[in-house]
Amino acid sequence: MFVEPNTIKVKIKRGSNQSSFTQEFEVPEQDNQTVLDLVTYVQEYIDPTVSYRFACRVGMCGSCGMMVNGEPRWTCRTHVKKVLGSSKAIEVGPLGNLPVIKDLVVDMDPFFDKWIAVGGVHHPSKNRHQSIEKIDESSAERMFANEAVECINCGVCYAACDVVSANNDYFGPAALNRAWSLVNDVKTENKEAILDAVSGNSGCHNCHSQQNCSNYCPNELNPSASIASLKRKVFASKIKNLLGSAK
Amino acid sequence: MISAKLYILQRLTALIMAPLVLGHLVLMIYAVQGGLSASEILGRTQGSAFWAIFYALFVFAVSVHAAIGVRTVLFEWLKIRGSVLELLSWGLGLGLLVMGLYSVYAVTA
Repeated sequence: MFVEPNTIKVKIKRGSNQSSFTQEFEVPEQDNQTVLDLVTYVQEYIDPTVSYRFACRVGMCGSCGMMVNGEPRWTCRTHVKKVLGSSKAIEVGPLGNLPVIKDLVVDMDPFFDKWIAVGGVHHPSKNRHQSIEKIDESSAERMFANEAVECINCGVCYAACDVVSANNDYFGPAALNRAWSLVNDVKTENKEAILDAVSGNSGCHNCHSQQNCSNYCPNELNPSASIASLKRKVFASKIKNLLGSAK
Repeated sequence: MISAKLYILQRLTALIMAPLVLGHLVLMIYAVQGGLSASEILGRTQGSAFWAIFYALFVFAVSVHAAIGVRTVLFEWLKIRGSVLELLSWGLGLGLLVMGLYSVYAVTA
């Protein structure tokens, strides 16, 4: 006898920033299923107009970030069992703090614009005719840089950040984390310029250290610690300048 | 929106306030437990340069520290921007400073 499989209610937030609505879909439950599998099922078998982003499906590319039951997550690495309550329903929405293009697809431009604004683009200390900078893996400077270097810019921390929600100009955790890795990178030229960029009005001093970024980072990085370190570094350099100019 | 300057100013005033708050608490508990009357307290504070400087410094640090903190709340929660934000936050700081210094003058002069 054929047994109807159990189903999961998938409530997908659709539309754009201007007009949005929630649409409910019934998706068959399986033993091993990720939230991305649910959305893919909806798009392939129920409503092909549902828009969403993904690429690698194994937690390497960082393009499938969405709000799952109100929390930012990589949907490819979120098992349904982990987030499914007794109501057998899951809410999926576009990543927070970013403009929505359509349904589950957000515009990542503001996120990457800020990444560039902190000096995130590589500014090499050597040109192509000079020999490459030797990196001492065991040096204290390199260890500091390593702490922040694994970020893949998925935007989960940015969506989780309450300060970004309250102040849309704030650079956010990912960009500042990038700045911290560069400030500690021997291959980076003019680190003062990066410190100047992060100490502007949209910079690291806006952070309230609520640590949502660190709680939600799927790579288990600690942007909050990077930002705190930037604050200390800026503080020290400003005081030093002040004392220097007073002489 | 907070500049590095305001951030540093708020941290420095916190640094000043930390020992002063402890001193203030100890003083309050001592005054209450000893059962000192208002006139006895005034008798000890009036003309005292030490208490005048102690509380004047306290009032100054509080005014700056609180104004910057409230400024962030006004900006993030009430979405107040521009010159209104500056006016409200520095107005608060100035108000605290004037009222505080007036009180310090009243009990120490």
